[in-house]
Amino acid sequence: MALLEIRNVTRRFGSYTAVDNVTVTIEAGEFFTLLGPSGCGKTTLLRMIAGFDLPDSGQILLDGKDVVGTPPEKRPVHTVFQTYALFPHMTVADNIAFPLKMAGKALPEIKARVSEALDGVRLSDFRGRFPHELSGGQKQRVALARGLVNRPRLLLLDEPLGALDAKLREEMQIELINLQKEVGITFVFVTHAQNEALALSHRIAVMNRGSVEQIDEPSKIYGFPENRFVADFVGKISMMSARVLESTPSHLKLEVSGLGEVVTVGKEGVKAGDNGLVAIRPEQVRISHASDEPQLKNHFLGKVHDFLYVGDVTTYIVELSNGAYIEALLPNSAPGRAKFYDVGDAVAVSWRHDAGIFLHE
Amino acid sequence: MKRNNTWLWSAAALVYAFLYIPLAIVVVYSFNDSRLNAEWVGFTLSWYKALFNNAEMLTAAGNSLIIALSASFSATVLGTMAGLAIHRYNLKVLPVLVFTPVAMPEILLGVSLLLFFLQVLNLTLGMVSIIIAHTTFCIGFVAIIVRARLQDMDESLFEAARDLGASPWQTFRLVTLPLIMPAVVAGALMSFTLSIDDFVITFFTKGVGEPILPIQIYTMIKVAVTPEVNAISTLLMLLTLVMIIIAAKLDAHASSRDAKTSS
Repeated sequence: MALLEIRNVTRRFGSYTAVDNVTVTIEAGEFFTLLGPSGCGKTTLLRMIAGFDLPDSGQILLDGKDVVGTPPEKRPVHTVFQTYALFPHMTVADNIAFPLKMAGKALPEIKARVSEALDGVRLSDFRGRFPHELSGGQKQRVALARGLVNRPRLLLLDEPLGALDAKLREEMQIELINLQKEVGITFVFVTHAQNEALALSHRIAVMNRGSVEQIDEPSKIYGFPENRFVADFVGKISMMSARVLESTPSHLKLEVSGLGEVVTVGKEGVKAGDNGLVAIRPEQVRISHASDEPQLKNHFLGKVHDFLYVGDVTTYIVELSNGAYIEALLPNSAPGRAKFYDVGDAVAVSWRHDAGIFLHE
Repeated sequence: MKRNNTWLWSAAALVYAFLYIPLAIVVVYSFNDSRLNAEWVGFTLSWYKALFNNAEMLTAAGNSLIIALSASFSATVLGTMAGLAIHRYNLKVLPVLVFTPVAMPEILLGVSLLLFFLQVLNLTLGMVSIIIAHTTFCIGFVAIIVRARLQDMDESLFEAARDLGASPWQTFRLVTLPLIMPAVVAGALMSFTLSIDDFVITFFTKGVGEPILPIQIYTMIKVAVTPEVNAISTLLMLLTLVMIIIAAKLDAHASSRDAKTSS
């Protein structure tokens, strides 16, 4: 039985539908992420799981029991808030002890569990401090310890890394993964940062305008986006309009106007005559001198329109003969070498037949 | 720029002089060894001694203290509840109704309370009517202060308490109340200072019985401004000042602590 089942949940605010008929199933032990732009309904969904908000229709089942009528304090679900929401008038130890006290645990047990939780987040020396005496990362860890100490069935995390700077965020990502593995508690993580979602999750639900667009493992979300929104929102991708000429289980033959034929892998539900998009990730695109011998079926000429050097890689934006732009990513594997091609250079771009994805418009 | 600063400082100095010179004169003359408020003769504490031997003055002060304590207590309880309700339910009309007495002319409030006590409640005017009247105009101040504090606070603190297993009542007792406590205390102190020196509303609602401090002072002044009046005014001023400073400190301290917590 699934740990959490969200069945056909809808939530409206006036005429605005924040969550629109969402169905999601989360298994015990999963690190599950709700990913989407702001206003996509991910936080509203999280608040309904926690019990701060109620669905207008649909069911939320925890361990098979509908919890919609259960107040937040009676749900075995704890939340790590975006602002951490540490109680400013309590010490670190008292903050962490709070859920244990509310659960009516005996004092010796509370003491032992608080110490254990403090050890778990490496904050034993800070037990007597007040929240305003901590750094952002330390507050974050106290909030995590407080959310985990009473071993909830489910830990909800509402953009918990949003307030941290980039370097600390990366450290905390690794810490989060390890912590989740260690405690084995199911995490439901909400974020708008696609790289965070890809790095942390076992599975991701990509949300847009109140609906779930795709639920999959990170590599599937990134590699096989099901529609234009997911392709565009997660990672970088180049897209061109295309029409299906031939569809077989193993491959699709597409016509891109002004460019010619493009071959991609086969996809169910696609038939000849369909209109849509062909999408290619920048790191799948090879770039070579225009005069080099073509080695791949998808091989097109163009010229360098612009490039962007960011240290480890350089992204070249190539203008193709039909006026479309395609991005190609080149690792700067030789030291001091930042630029293999210059703006205006005649180049060729190519990609394997299984690199392109056909998306319905 | 320099010139502007000079102007600004002069203006500020003028304002402060305007506000505090009359008060300073009262304080200075309360220690003056002369019956007349005309020239400085020498330092004495005899007016304070005389004050503490004036039975009627002491009764008046005692009555005022009882009124101020009772009124500030009930206004604090009711005002805190009003502030919480206004914030919690995001009310639109009630806040206006609660805050209006703060801005309403006192004489209007005095007259209407008098009519209300006599004609609606059939109450004999005395300590009780004064306490009710003072509570009425203090509630608004407490509600404003408490609500302002709540508005400054991160709403997720209260959600976090519920989320971590606290019932609504536990959330109030363990999280909400401790966090708004500085505002509650500030509201109580504010109410106390407003009540203890209120003249107009007290005058309308006191009836003929007990002497009340501000009115007692007024009665004494009608005969002549004696140094005794200066002495009691100085004491009153001191009390008020201490209360206001405590109230301001409490609120500022708590605000800075909480601002740092959620960043």
